[in-house]
Amino acid sequence: MSVDLDRRKFLWDSAALAGIALAPGITLYDLAQGRAPEIPAPKGVRWGLLVDMNRCEPGCDACVTACDSENGLPGGKRPTDAQWIRKIELKDVRGRVRSLPMMCQHCAHPPCVDVCPTGASFKRADGIVLVDRHTCIGCRYCMMACPYGARSFVHEPVTDQKPEVPRGKGCVESCTLCVHRIDRDRIPACVEACATAGHKALLFGDLSDPQSEISQRIAAVATTQVRADLRLDPGVRYAGL
Amino acid sequence: MKTEATPIPSRRFWALLAGGALIVLAGLVAARFMEEHGHVVTGMNNQIVWGTPHVFAIFLIVAASGVLNVASVGSVFGETAYKPQAPLSGLLCLALLAGGLTVLMLDLGRPERVIVAATHYNFTSVFAWNMFLYSGMAAIVAVYLWTLMERRMGRWSRAAGIAAFSWRIILTSGTGSIFAFLVARQAYGTAVLVPLFLAMSFAWGLAAFLVAQRVLYRWSGLELPAEIRARMHNLLGLFVVAMLFFVLIYHLTNAYFAKQLPFERFILRDGGVYPHLFWWGYVVAGSLVPLVLIWRPGAARAGGTLAAPLLVIVGAFALLYVFIIGGQAFPLDLFPGYATTSRFGDGQVRAYAPSLPEIALGLGGVGIAFLITLVGVRALDFLPQASPAAPRGAAGGAD
Repeated sequence: MSVDLDRRKFLWDSAALAGIALAPGITLYDLAQGRAPEIPAPKGVRWGLLVDMNRCEPGCDACVTACDSENGLPGGKRPTDAQWIRKIELKDVRGRVRSLPMMCQHCAHPPCVDVCPTGASFKRADGIVLVDRHTCIGCRYCMMACPYGARSFVHEPVTDQKPEVPRGKGCVESCTLCVHRIDRDRIPACVEACATAGHKALLFGDLSDPQSEISQRIAAVATTQVRADLRLDPGVRYAGL
Repeated sequence: MKTEATPIPSRRFWALLAGGALIVLAGLVAARFMEEHGHVVTGMNNQIVWGTPHVFAIFLIVAASGVLNVASVGSVFGETAYKPQAPLSGLLCLALLAGGLTVLMLDLGRPERVIVAATHYNFTSVFAWNMFLYSGMAAIVAVYLWTLMERRMGRWSRAAGIAAFSWRIILTSGTGSIFAFLVARQAYGTAVLVPLFLAMSFAWGLAAFLVAQRVLYRWSGLELPAEIRARMHNLLGLFVVAMLFFVLIYHLTNAYFAKQLPFERFILRDGGVYPHLFWWGYVVAGSLVPLVLIWRPGAARAGGTLAAPLLVIVGAFALLYVFIIGGQAFPLDLFPGYATTSRFGDGQVRAYAPSLPEIALGLGGVGIAFLITLVGVRALDFLPQASPAAPRGAAGGAD
């Protein structure tokens, strides 16, 4: 009988010791990564952006620069350079010039995901559209399918990568909505940079939460979906277009 | 008239083999160069994402399915005159398919991950369907060839022929659907592309067959009766007309929709190299001139010329260049009613110039098809042979 008690005590002690040994690691991992890779993205959340074109300054490219810096993009202007976000200048018939950022629209029904032969293009449970760089074969069918021209192909060997944003020659990539920041409860770099530049033209938030600021703004002002005719339900909305 | 093949003379065979191997080698070197340096060494970019390799690959794949028609006419529709040519038709199908798929595979950003493409399938993707259609086509045609060339299997050749014919119709529909299912760009996203691709495959496949047949028959000391040649050229003429019809329907429907008019003006009138290639390359050189050559008075008696199918192939490349590259060169219409500019080329016609590695890779695919055909014809009996009753040595005396 005493042998059984000893065994039970031993098991309890071992479990406690393992807990003490693992807990700081898990806590540190939480601090470093936010959400562990094996934990899926939250359901019931749909991350999105609202672009206020009345605040978006023509000629300002703070969002583009921030994106390049955050994600380790070269920031070049050649047609072969990766661009995850670009500024488009619009001129109407009266000659009035407007400006807006264009990036992956994180569609609810993304054509890039539909056409990807290997399933490398995928949509997370929280609505963020990503490319799995382990299964992307570089066929570029998704680039043919994207109505927004939002995807880039890595045309050259990549150096000086950001550890949190792995990239690779021969794969397709696009705006991740700074998923590595979102998973640590931070906002995307472009949104932060736009606010720092004093424009506050970009608002990030949960489109599925009626109480979120982005949902309330969308409910209050007229917003537009680019290529709404395609019924892709993009996660990026434009006000003032 | 000689109707049984003699092997291609050794010296000529090895010279042709070496020539073909050099072209394939150049293609492989180009692919390696692209893999090492990235696609920055090609003319392709983030706006024109599919370029010259895709023109070659799609021509080869579309022609691969069409080239099987000669066998189908014999096996499925019972035209006995075509039956002796059925094995060559099947061999060409496999050869063109192998060439086209190799180009497509070596143009991938990560060609070494082709195993990923073979093990991860997303069934909403037309590309994923096509992987089954291509591998299935190769398997069915291999069985079909077996039934054609192994006398004990002969009773199954009609069933295999029907299966191959049905599969090739589905395969070409799948190739057309690669573009027909694209909603983003104005050049694509229309169901008429499926019958258009079918008509393309009929015409280009037969043109490829006629060129290969004429050359291989000459090398093997064979001659096809002028009557059969004339019938095949007449059929080519009908297929060229069918393709012109669907191209006309495609542009007419586009031109009818006001929102598509700017694209039509671009591709048919204002788009620089693209209208030139369309009108002069496809319509005149690739369609009207071959039709005149085929149906001019006295053409039937002469048994057709090599120029007609060759020009149809020239027209094929012109049309595919306009369709694939011109279709991407026209800017995406994101904001109707606004003039747009950006450093990404929004609102601008996208520039593209084919590069040497791309052309070498594409020609390498043609070289692969050539090598497979050449070796097949030389090593196996893909050309009409003497009947078992006739002594082998008597083959040369049939003239």
